[in-house]
Order: sequence, then structure tokens, then C-alpha cells
Amino acid sequence: MSEQVPKPEELVQIDYQPPAKPWMDVPVEFRRGTFCYAGAKKNVEYLGFPNPRDWQPMDEDWKLPPNWREIILEGMRDRLQKFRSFRLFMDICVRCGACADKCHFYLGSGDPKNMPVLRAELIRSIYRRYFTWTGRLFGRLAGARDLTEDVIKEWFYYFYQCTECRRCSVFCPYGIDTAEITMIGRELLNLVGCNINWALEPAANCFRTGNHLGIQPHGFKDSIEFAIDELEDLTGVRVEVPIAKKGAEVLFIMPSADYFASPHYYTLLGYLLLFHQIGLDYTVSPYASEGGNFGLFISHEMMKRLNDKIYREAKRLKVKWLLGGECGHMWRVLHQYMDTMNGPADFLEVPKSPITGTVFEHAKSTKMIHICEFTADLIRHGKIKLDPSRNDHWVVTYHDSCNTSRAMGLLEEPRYILRNVCRNFYEMPENTIREQTFCCGSGSGLGTDENLEARLRGGLPRANAVKYVRDRYGVNLLACICAIDKATLPTLLEYWCPGVEVAGVHELVGNALVVDGEKERTTDLRGQPLRRKEVTANA
Amino acid sequence: MHAWTALITIIILAVAGYVGGQLSATRVLIGTIVPYVAIGIFLVGIAWRVIAWARSPVPFRIPTTCGQQKSLPWIKRARFDSPFTPGETIVRMLLEVLLFRSLFRNTRAELRREGPRLLYEEEKWLWLGALVFHWSMLVVLLRHLRFFREPTPAIVLLLQRIDGFFQIGAPVVYWTGVTMLAALGYLLWRRLKIPQVRYVSLFTDYFALYLLMAIAGSGIWLRYFTKTDIVGVKQLTLGLMTFTPVVPTTVAPLFFMHLFLVSVLLAYFPFSKLVHMPGIFLSPTRNLPNNSRAVRHINPWNYPVKVHTYEEWEEEFRDKLIAAGLPLDKESGNHV
Amino acid sequence: MRDRVWITLGLIVFLVGITYPIWFNNAAGVRAEAPVLRKPVKGPNCVAPLEYMRASHMELLTAWRDEVVRQGNRRFVAFDGRTYTMSLSKTCLDCHDNRAEFCDRCHSYAGVSPYCWDCHVDPRQARTVRAWAGRPQAEGWAR
Repeated sequence: MSEQVPKPEELVQIDYQPPAKPWMDVPVEFRRGTFCYAGAKKNVEYLGFPNPRDWQPMDEDWKLPPNWREIILEGMRDRLQKFRSFRLFMDICVRCGACADKCHFYLGSGDPKNMPVLRAELIRSIYRRYFTWTGRLFGRLAGARDLTEDVIKEWFYYFYQCTECRRCSVFCPYGIDTAEITMIGRELLNLVGCNINWALEPAANCFRTGNHLGIQPHGFKDSIEFAIDELEDLTGVRVEVPIAKKGAEVLFIMPSADYFASPHYYTLLGYLLLFHQIGLDYTVSPYASEGGNFGLFISHEMMKRLNDKIYREAKRLKVKWLLGGECGHMWRVLHQYMDTMNGPADFLEVPKSPITGTVFEHAKSTKMIHICEFTADLIRHGKIKLDPSRNDHWVVTYHDSCNTSRAMGLLEEPRYILRNVCRNFYEMPENTIREQTFCCGSGSGLGTDENLEARLRGGLPRANAVKYVRDRYGVNLLACICAIDKATLPTLLEYWCPGVEVAGVHELVGNALVVDGEKERTTDLRGQPLRRKEVTANA
Repeated sequence: MHAWTALITIIILAVAGYVGGQLSATRVLIGTIVPYVAIGIFLVGIAWRVIAWARSPVPFRIPTTCGQQKSLPWIKRARFDSPFTPGETIVRMLLEVLLFRSLFRNTRAELRREGPRLLYEEEKWLWLGALVFHWSMLVVLLRHLRFFREPTPAIVLLLQRIDGFFQIGAPVVYWTGVTMLAALGYLLWRRLKIPQVRYVSLFTDYFALYLLMAIAGSGIWLRYFTKTDIVGVKQLTLGLMTFTPVVPTTVAPLFFMHLFLVSVLLAYFPFSKLVHMPGIFLSPTRNLPNNSRAVRHINPWNYPVKVHTYEEWEEEFRDKLIAAGLPLDKESGNHV
Repeated sequence: MRDRVWITLGLIVFLVGITYPIWFNNAAGVRAEAPVLRKPVKGPNCVAPLEYMRASHMELLTAWRDEVVRQGNRRFVAFDGRTYTMSLSKTCLDCHDNRAEFCDRCHSYAGVSPYCWDCHVDPRQARTVRAWAGRPQAEGWAR
């Protein structure tokens, strides 16, 4: 952790009192620790985005193209015509303020421009000035202002301080979704070359190699093989993982972090054990080796460009249907965008569990189901044997990731699994879970180091709810189904409530799963000793 | 600042209406031309606004799911917070439009620095204030039909009877008039009182509130205090409706203020945040079913994009694929 | 685009609904005419000026009721110095002798349902009742 970050006691001194000056007169301040670095020139060039250059947000001169204002306004005009959401959300907000204290960044920073309503006003004020006659005529009285370079800087700061988590949209009486506004805002910023590297580099990697981490095919294979060896050590069972096997029934797509980062990796072990035990005819692909989609955090077009690989590979490998791993924003794209963007997937079949015979009618068009839907179905039908006592060393809580809860509605499936694979499960307070879940504060491409303070602030509401169950029930593990959570929550929890680890749901499944021919397990998938050993010994 | 400018604007408009109601020339203007122009602007403006929204397509199906999706049959799903069928979606919309479902979820967060601890309390006052205001206004509007129809429809008489159930005073006190003004007062109070809401408030936010309060207030004043010749009022409204405008001299100036402010509201409506009224019906995070994986949504402007095809990818990583012993589609590459 | 059909339909329903008073009144041939009232039988003088009576008679009547019922005082000195007995049936209706052609005309025109008649009886109707009183089946009704 960087030394610049203040201590929790200091960070929590949050002043919610708005400044005396009207927000239009408060210039944005690029304070270290609160913003992300600019997209590197090579990535901008590789993706074919406009205005590649070396620059940083702290610079005075952002080297915008000479006609940047026309570009932005033309971009707005174009998007107002393409997205009803955008046009509508520009017009109908009544500024009731219901959204204000729903944003984790506002709760953690007290910066009024982090209130969803003001975040949207940043762009609405420009809309009024250039696209409505009241704004043209009455200017500031009508809530309009001129488009200046300072506005672009402000947009950059605040649209890259929104994780597109949609929590505000749950509470908005008109369903105004700041994620929509942020997405459009970022698209506009990209038009003049103002983007962040933490979103751009994964996208560039993914476009080229097939995954965000830039792992090339041989690296992919090595990772999988390493996992196979590891599993053999832990369980005595050697699983087989077919890579790019044509004619397999199922193509399994996971976020690349699952095979390259920790603690995601233990989730991968869980998947592989499960597939082995049920004898699933599946394959993984080094080409479509990424479920996540950082294009979502850049532009609709980039999202489509990256998402293309999934159906393309499914078609090439002649699989029947698709299964997706644990990842939050990946599922926003798969659930709400993929079929529209790159469908119809008429070369696939409606997903049907070969083990239980369940036909997943709710995915009959997209032909892709979530691993939690798949596993919950297996458990329900008693097709796998579970020994939940193997997770007794964990006192578990469950964190809904933003996208699976508010852009999909996957709430009960993971809970059902958890109740079956572990014996100590406690929910966080109800205003912080399910559709009201709090973001980790690092989603939408913001999970990097240079903006750590902003992340810790944004993560305060989530961490605070975890702290509540830690103190009350002794929770020591946060289970989740999101790769970004797994990557960023450990830092966050270590800062705000030490002593709670982060795991994927399928890591716990892997722990509990009784595999044919396995040796007696003495450790969990992390190699930590099981508590059960001692208990049974005493008994 | 905006609160004051808006107040001054409303006072000017109200005084203009009142003074205008006393001079015979301006009475005719306020009693005939102004309402016609206002109604025209309102109707055309709303149509124009809705058509502008409708012209922009909904490229993606993006409902905010506020409950369990439909997946496995044994998992209880939230039919109206995460609707799957069009019917369920209609119910969700009705809950939003009639009962302000989303606003009902409202909470208030409070940070206790010791701990630290974030607390979330139920906060239903905004919901209640908004609901009371909107429903009261609807009833008030419907009650006004007695001035717009001859004979007065029985349903309006029934509504009046219910609204004036307690028979307090003569004329009978209609509750909705009082509750509408009280709710508006609350909405104004919270806008001024809560620092965050005050900070985001624009001129239009105060203006709309003051305008509605002035209309409700002048209406109440006319009914219970100043009083006027309501037969003359009805003659005036019926004259407007039947395109044979008459402006009876027996009608009090305060009525012309009331009418003028209503005209201002009508003309202002399509160009203000008040368009949330038609807008809510079009909100794509609410009016679409959460069935994205079952029914394909069509984006009319879906265009081909530059992608990295498998063939290109295989070509780029050929050596590495071979070295790793991974299968290839094309055994020999296009090496030069 | 299917949703545009729905939006257009919704817009039309809204516009038709909101303009209902316009097209309905015109279709029904309603004219903006004030109701014609029966002239008072006892000449031009009233207990208060016409202007006041038109807008505020209900206030006067309520004041009379309170005065009579609570204070037992029935004497009313009018603006022009004349004295009257405070009584709806005996004073008001004595002069405005036809409820249907006087009171009800405006009340029904303006959609007003006063609760005077919850207790009071229209004298004309009462006369009829008295005439009927000899008939056995009407006895209870006349009370």
C-alpha cells in the first residue's frame, strides 16, 4: 500500500457539507491518489482511437485536438440520436436528491460532484447550453454553461470516478441510470483522446491476445496445466482440461484473472474439480480467453469488438452452448449486450445440463448461462456430493457484485450454493446487499494503484458492512462472484477491516465437493489446514 | 440564490396576473388569448418532446434489475422488481407511476465516525411528500372538471363528495387542496433545508415549486377567502373550451392571477423538468423486461466493427501455438 | 420499431384525454351560457348587495345558522338598515320561492352540492307534502 494514503481514521473524516460556491464555479483538482493515469499512447494507437499522445491528467495542457469542442458536440448530437436513455436522462431529472447518498463515492468522499445527480449535471449543463433553446437563451439561469477545457477535465475526473454500478438507478424514481451517463461521458472523452490506461491497456491486450492480462496461448496453457498439477497435489485427482477441443458440448468462458491472479485462482481450481467430478464435456479457449470486457468501460463499440470473440469461437469449436464463470461486469455484457451486439447465436443450442437434464429456458436466445445457475441446479438435483464441514474454517458472508445484481438479477443462485457448501453463512445488513449492494469502489476500470485513495473511499460503504458482520459474527471470508472484487477487495478489506479474506463461490464449492477417488483432504484449495481435522480428532 | 430569483420571478408573474385581472383590456388578454396560446404550447410541446424521445431508439435492453431474475424454476423470482414478461413489466411500470415504487426504497445514510459506522435509515418522507402532492394534484385537476363540463359529470360530483367528506365550513373544505399545498411546502422545505439538495437545485427546481404553490394557493384563496362568482368562472372556461370566449365582469382579479399562472405552467411544462411526467413511461431501465438472454433485443443501428478474427489471431500466435502443442486450424501459416 | 407504435398510441391517448373538455363540449353542443334564474317575487332588495350574494351567500347563511342556533338571535340588520329574520326558509325562500329555478340552477351549473337541504325543506316541496298529508300512506313521510 502506498505511503501517501492517509490512515483510516483520517480518511473517514468526511465532510458532507457542500462548499459555499456553486458547483459550476468549483474547478476540478487533480490530487494524487484520486485519479487514474492517462491511456498510454501505444494502447490508444493500437486500438485505433483518436488523438494518441503522451499526456497526464495533472498536466496543464491536455493537448486536445484543435477542434475538440466540435468533436464533443457532434459526439453528443450523435449519441442523443442513438440512445433514448441518454436523451431522456438529460431531460427528466427533477433533482430530488434521492440518489445523493446512494453513491459509494459520495459516501466515501463527500465530494458533491460524486452525487449521481451532479455527476449527470456535469453533462446535462452542456446539453442544455447547446441542445435546448432554454439553455441557449437563459444560460446559467436554465442550468446551462459553456463547454470549456475545464469541463473536459471535470468530466474526466468524475466519469472516471464512477464505477457504473447502477446503485443510484435503483432508487431513482425515473430509473435514471448514471452508468448510462458515465458510459456516454467516457465515449465522448475518448473522442478527444481522454481515457485512462487501466481501462485501455486491458482492452488493447484483450483485442490482441484474447484476454485482459495479455496472456498468450502458451501462457494460457501453462496456467491451466499448473492448476491441474496443483489440484493433483491437493486432492490426489488429476483432472483433464481440454483446450480448444472442437465438438465439445460446452465452451467455458471465464475472466482471465481466474487463471492468472490470486485469489481468483482458487476459484478456477473449484471449477475444474467440479467439471471433472460431473464429467462435463467442455473446453476452454486461449482465443476467447476472457469473459470480462473492459470495452464496457470505454465505449459501446469497444465492448462489441472485444465481445465478438466469444460467439466467434463457439462457432469455430462447434460447441452446443456456453457457460460463463464468476465475473461481474462480464455478466452485464453477456446478459444485456452480447446477443444484441453479436447475436443471433442461432448456431448454438438452448443450454441443457447434461447432468440433470434441466433446460435453461431463460437463456434460450443468448445460449449462455452463469456457472452459479449451473451449479445451483446440480445441487438442487443432488448430483454432487458436498461436505460443507470442509469450509468450517470459514465464516462466510456474500457480496453481490453490482452487475450480476442490478443488471442481471442473479441473487439467489450463489446464496443457494453457499448455504450448501458451507455451514457458517451470514448476510450483511440488508441495505448493503442484493439489489442495494455496494460496489467495491474499483469497478469499471478503476482498480489500479495510482487512484488508491479514491478506491478506498469508494469502498468504504462495502467494507463497513463487512466490518459489521466481522465484528458481530466473526466473519473471516467474503465470498463473491466478481473478478474485480477478488482483485481489489483484499486491499480494501485489509485497510478498513483486516482479517477478512476474499474468495470466489466456486472456491468454496471446490473445498466442499467430494470427488471420486480423492485422497482425504487435509487442506482447502488454498493449502490451508482444515479445521475439521481437529474437531474430529477431539471427538 | 436561485431560490430568490425564482421567488421574485413568481411574484412578478403573480402580480402581473392580478393587475391584469383588474384592467378590462388585459382581462380579455388573460382570459382568452393567453390560455389559448398556453394550451397550444403545452399540447404541441409535449408531443414534440415525446416524439423527440421516441425518435432515438433503445439500442440495448438495460433494465435495472431490483430483484431476483427468472432462472431456475424453483428459485422464487421477483416478478415486479425484475419482470420477465411484458405483463409483469406493465405492473412494474404501474407501481412506479402510481405508487413511486423506486422512491419508496429511499434510505438515508449516516456516517458515525466512531467505528466508523455507516448507518442506513428508512427515509419515506420524500416518497410520502411526492406521492401526496401528485395524487392531490390529480384529484384537484379532476375536481376542476366541474368548470369544464356542462352538466358536471356525476363522477366529479362523487369525487367532490369524497374529498369534502368531513363537511368543514361552507364552502366545504376539500382535503386535496390542503394536502397539495402542504406537500409542496414540504418539498420546498426539504429543498432549502437539506444542504446537498439545495446545492444541486437550479432555478427551475424552485420555480416549478413556487409556481405550483402559487396556483394552489390562489385557488384555495379564491374558494375560501376572496370568493368570486363561480358561475362567471365556469362561463369563462366553457367559453374557452367551446371557442366562444367570454370574459364576465363579475369575476375577481384573483381568478385572473390563478388563470394566468396556470397558463404559465402549461407553457412552461414541455421545456422544463416537468416532462418527467411523460418521460417516466419511456425510461429504458424500467419499462423493459429482464429477459435479455431469452429474447434477442434488436439494435437498429448495430454496425459492423473492427474485430480480431480467429484466423488473424492464429496467424499472430502461430509459433507460440505450435510450441505449446495447441491445435491449429490452418496447419501451415502464411509465412513469407 | 414496435415501441414507437406504443409511444405514439400513448401520446394520442394522452392528448385526447387532456383535451377531453374541448372536444366533448363541442361535440355535445354545450354553450357558454350562464343559467337563467327565476326573479325574486318581492322586489329588488336583498339582505346584502348582489355582488356579495353571488360570491359569498354561503358565508352569510352559515353565519345566520350559527347566530340562530347558538345565540338564539334571529334579528338581522342589513347593509341598507332594513331588518330581517334570519331564516333560510322564511326569509330567503320566501322571496326566492323556487329552489329548483333559483338555488339549484347555479349550484348544479357549478357542480356545487350544498348541505342546506340535509336539514331544511324547500317550502314549495313542503307545501306539496302538506297537501299530501291527508293521504294515509304519506303520513310518516311528511314529518
